[in-house]
Amino acid sequence: MMFLQVVLTGVLVGSVYSLVAVGLTLVWGLMDIINFAHGDMMMISMYTVFWLYTLLKFDPFVSLPISAGITALLGIVIYKLVIKRVVNAPGLMALLATFGLSLFIRNFAQFLWTPNYRFVGESILSGKRILIADIVIGLPQLIAALGSILMTLLIALFIKRTKTGKAIQATAQSRDIAELMGVNTEKVYAVTFALSGICVGVAGTLLSGIFPVYPEAGAMYGLLAFVIVALGGFGNIWGAFYAGILIGLTEALGGFYLGTQFKYALAFLIYLLVLQFRPKGLFGW
Amino acid sequence: MLRVDKLMVGYDSVPVIFDVSFTVEEGELISIVGSNGAGKTTILRTISGLLKPFSGTIEFMGKRIDKLPAHQIVKLGIAHVPEGRHVFGKMSVRDNLLMGAYTIDDPNEVKRLLDEMYELFPKLAEREDQKAETMSGGEQQMLAIARALMAKPKLLLVDEMSLGLMPLMVDKVLETLKEVNEKKGVTILMVEQKVQEALEIADRGYILQTGRIVAEGTGKELLESDLVKKAYLGM
Ligand SMILES: Nc1ncnc2c1ncn2[C@@H]1O[C@H](COP(=O)(O)OP(=O)(O)O)[C@@H](O)[C@H]1O
Ligand SMILES: [Mg+2]
Repeated sequence: MMFLQVVLTGVLVGSVYSLVAVGLTLVWGLMDIINFAHGDMMMISMYTVFWLYTLLKFDPFVSLPISAGITALLGIVIYKLVIKRVVNAPGLMALLATFGLSLFIRNFAQFLWTPNYRFVGESILSGKRILIADIVIGLPQLIAALGSILMTLLIALFIKRTKTGKAIQATAQSRDIAELMGVNTEKVYAVTFALSGICVGVAGTLLSGIFPVYPEAGAMYGLLAFVIVALGGFGNIWGAFYAGILIGLTEALGGFYLGTQFKYALAFLIYLLVLQFRPKGLFGW
Repeated sequence: MLRVDKLMVGYDSVPVIFDVSFTVEEGELISIVGSNGAGKTTILRTISGLLKPFSGTIEFMGKRIDKLPAHQIVKLGIAHVPEGRHVFGKMSVRDNLLMGAYTIDDPNEVKRLLDEMYELFPKLAEREDQKAETMSGGEQQMLAIARALMAKPKLLLVDEMSLGLMPLMVDKVLETLKEVNEKKGVTILMVEQKVQEALEIADRGYILQTGRIVAEGTGKELLESDLVKKAYLGM
């Protein structure tokens, strides 16, 4: 029973990792750009929820459209102000630019809101749990996982079925040829950054009732998202989904059987191992 | 219809096209021929807006287009079949065709065009759910042409259709182009290394050598000229 409990915990955490990674893999697959500020966009969404709760007594679920909207806008602003200038520059330029951006956002958050941990005290879900046999499932964790899976599904459908989604696919395969079809690829880039922002916005909102809110809150999520994207194959949405679950499981099982100090180490170890044997990730060739 | 005047263009401020001028009239099939590296692809990419001229002008239907971004030039009625086919390999044949009609907003019109292409290229209908990358070179070339026609172009730019195709297939795609030109009334500007084949089907042609136009005339005139006979046909 303990084993099942640990596995379930891993899957629930992993689903949220997946959503964060989906946001990252979209941009990566489209533009070959690693957005180091990805996790920090998530932190901004957590603060949005926190302040809406503290100042206006908004429940995190009510705040969802607002916080996701803000990170979508943030994504567009990041694209227009930073990424657009480096997208055609050598790879290292883009890397340094988003790395700098990440530091900037974190320091700015620290300056505005101090490094202190803050908590979203009450939500309609807080403290509620479900008991099945001996297994305890926290309702906030369950909703966070289900919400993340639903969001991943919606993003995948959007990319696959809509006209804009197809323009994103086409642009990812060849920017020039997409332009020849009449696609304004610059707009496609901006839209993709907005989608990426929505992913972290939703993830951050779902997590804000579970974890403390502080300037570094998104850092580990951002880092794990890189690992997951690399495992899942760059630009591969479902690859990111499965790899996210895998990392969640690794973390939960490793943390339980080896000790919590090993949980992230194990995730990165898997990453190193997989990349030795399948450099394009588990799900991409 | 298309007027290119004193065009100079190149890469990283090094010109590869010098002082090139030519015209395409409505309904014509024009061939620009020249050997590898002469600058054929560069000219087409400049017309469709992927490259910006260093100097000179490009007019389409009386309107300057040389400063417009590529995605706006398609809307005016210029579609481009790029060199090396470049279909969207990971997308289905149908989605490739739908991308071709990206500028067309009326879904009924898109549906009609799709049916029209399936009629013109029955192979594509058979394969509509297949990923484009799984098709043969000739089929991909057909798809690239059909995709361009989905935009309902007035002018079709075609870059080295023959590249990498077997001779039999080359004849077949050229035949298709001639048909599109005559039956559908689409004006065509094609560039080719296969001098003989390209000039045989063309109304008029231009000879391009290292970025300069060195001769022009009807397809027949050029084929009979000493220059072409010596330099390209090995006679
Ligand atoms: N992307 C590029 N960067 C730099 N030079 C290029 C590029 N593409 C083509 N060239 C150069 O421009 C000249 C013309 O090339 P191109 O237009 O491709 O010729 P063609 O299509 O007739 O074979 C060649 O000398 C080629 O090396
Ligand atoms: Mg060429």
